Amino acid sequence: MRKVIMGNHALSYGAMLARSQVIAAYPITPQTQVVELLSEMCADGTLDAKFIKVESEHSAMAASLGASLAGARTFTATSAQGLALMHELLHWASGGRLPVVMGDINRAMAPGWSIWTDQNDSLSQRDTGWIQFYCASNQEVVDTVIQAFKVSEQLLIPSMVVLDAFALSHTYEVVEIPDQAKVDAYLPPFRPKYKLTTADPHAFFGLTAPEHYMELRYKLQKDMELVPGLVEETGREFEKAFGRRLGLIDAYRCDDADFLFVTSGTPGYTARVAVDDLRAEGVKAGNLRIILFRPFPFDAVRKALKKARKVAVLDRNLSYGHHGIFYQEVKSALYGHEGMPPVFGFVAGLGGRDITPGDFKEIYRSASATERPAEDIGWIGVKR
Amino acid sequence: MTRKKDVKKIVFASEKEMPVTAMSLGSMLYNRTGAWRNIRPEVDRSKCIQCGICWKFCPDASIDIVDNWPVVDYEYCKGCGICAEECPTKCIVMVEEEK
Repeated sequence: MRKVIMGNHALSYGAMLARSQVIAAYPITPQTQVVELLSEMCADGTLDAKFIKVESEHSAMAASLGASLAGARTFTATSAQGLALMHELLHWASGGRLPVVMGDINRAMAPGWSIWTDQNDSLSQRDTGWIQFYCASNQEVVDTVIQAFKVSEQLLIPSMVVLDAFALSHTYEVVEIPDQAKVDAYLPPFRPKYKLTTADPHAFFGLTAPEHYMELRYKLQKDMELVPGLVEETGREFEKAFGRRLGLIDAYRCDDADFLFVTSGTPGYTARVAVDDLRAEGVKAGNLRIILFRPFPFDAVRKALKKARKVAVLDRNLSYGHHGIFYQEVKSALYGHEGMPPVFGFVAGLGGRDITPGDFKEIYRSASATERPAEDIGWIGVKR
Repeated sequence: MTRKKDVKKIVFASEKEMPVTAMSLGSMLYNRTGAWRNIRPEVDRSKCIQCGICWKFCPDASIDIVDNWPVVDYEYCKGCGICAEECPTKCIVMVEEEK
C-alpha cells in the first residue's frame, strides 16, 4: 500500500509495523507527530501497545529501559534538548544491552532556541554505545525502523534512527507501507534470553567491580563490531522481502568519480542534484551518503573513497574546538591507509539554514582550488 | 529466609563466561554496607503487628521475615530509617550507633 506521509509518521508506521509493545515518550517539536500518531494507534487498537505518558525525556527513556528489560519491544522518539536530557539513560540502555529503538529528529541545540535542523543533538550522543542510522527519505525511515529492531535485538544494542527536522520530519513523500505479514516474517517477536521476571529472578545492573567492568565493555565493543555485517545481511534480507536494499552507505555515481562529496541525512539527496550538474559540466563527481554512523562503517567508507582524487565532507554539525564530526571520522577511517585521497572539511547549514546544490558547487570550487586543504573548516554561507 | 553468605565470590576468568550485562554478579553480597551505618533500626516486638511493611520498603532488602517477625540484617542495613518512617505502629526506632 502506498501512502503520502510525513517523515515523523514514517517513524510511527515503522514502530507500528514492528509491533512495538511499549511506547514511552514526551512530546517535543519537531518530534511531536511521531508519538501523536502512535498514541492514536494505541487508542484505536491499530497497535496493541502500552503507551506510557511521562513527565520528561529522562523518564521516557527510563520507562523504555524497564519495558525492554521486561522483554517488551520498545520504541520512543525525541529531539535536541530532549535527547540531551536522556543522556544518562542512553548509557544505561547500551550498557544494559537493551535493544530499544528510538527516533531522533535532528534539531539544533539551544541557545539560541532553534527548532530547525542540525546534527549536534545526535552526534553529542556518539559515544553512548547506541547504533545510529541517518536517513534521507521517508521510505528509508519506515524501513530502517523495522531493520533497526532486527539488528538491535540480535546483538542487544539500542538503535537511534535519525532524520532531519522539517527537511524530512515534516516533509510529505510517497511511501510504500510494508505489508504487515511480510514484516512479521522478517522481524520475529522479541524473545530475550534473560528478562526481568519472577519466573527466573536476576539482579540487573548491580555493582560491577574493576575485575569485571572492563570485560562487559569489551563485549559491547565486540558486538558493536558485528553491527556493520549484520546491517548488510539484514539489508539484503530486507531487499528479498520488500525489494529495497538497506545498507551502510549510499553511493551515488561514485564508481568512476574523481571528486566525492561525503554527506549524511537529507543533504545527501541535495548533493545528488549537484553531482548531476557537475557531471553535465564534465566533472566526474559523486556522492557518498553515510547511513550507519555508529558503529562507523570503516571498510565500506574506505572502499568507496579510495579511488577518488579528492573527498569533501559536508558537516551540518561541529565539534567546537575541533572540526566537523563526519570530517573527523572520515579522516580517522583513512589515516594510515595507503593511497587515500586528501579530505576537505566543510561546515554548512547549522541551525537549519538551507543547504542547496549551489553550496555543493561552492564546495567543489573551493576544494578544486588547492591540492590539499588550507584549513580544516571550510565555512559555507557564513556572513562574515 | 536464610542468606547465602558463605557462597563463593563470583570471579570470572574470561569475558566468554560472563553474561552480556552486569547481571546477577553477586557483588553486593560482598559489599557489607552495614559499616556505613550511623543509626540502627531496632524493632520492639511488643508493638509490632507483623504487617511486613518494613520488609517491603527496605531498599536494600536488609529486613528478613523470620517466623513472621521482621529481623534486620545489620551486615547490610545502611541505617536509612525508611523502615522506621513507614512503620504504622512506630515499633521501629532508630538508635545512635556507638563505637
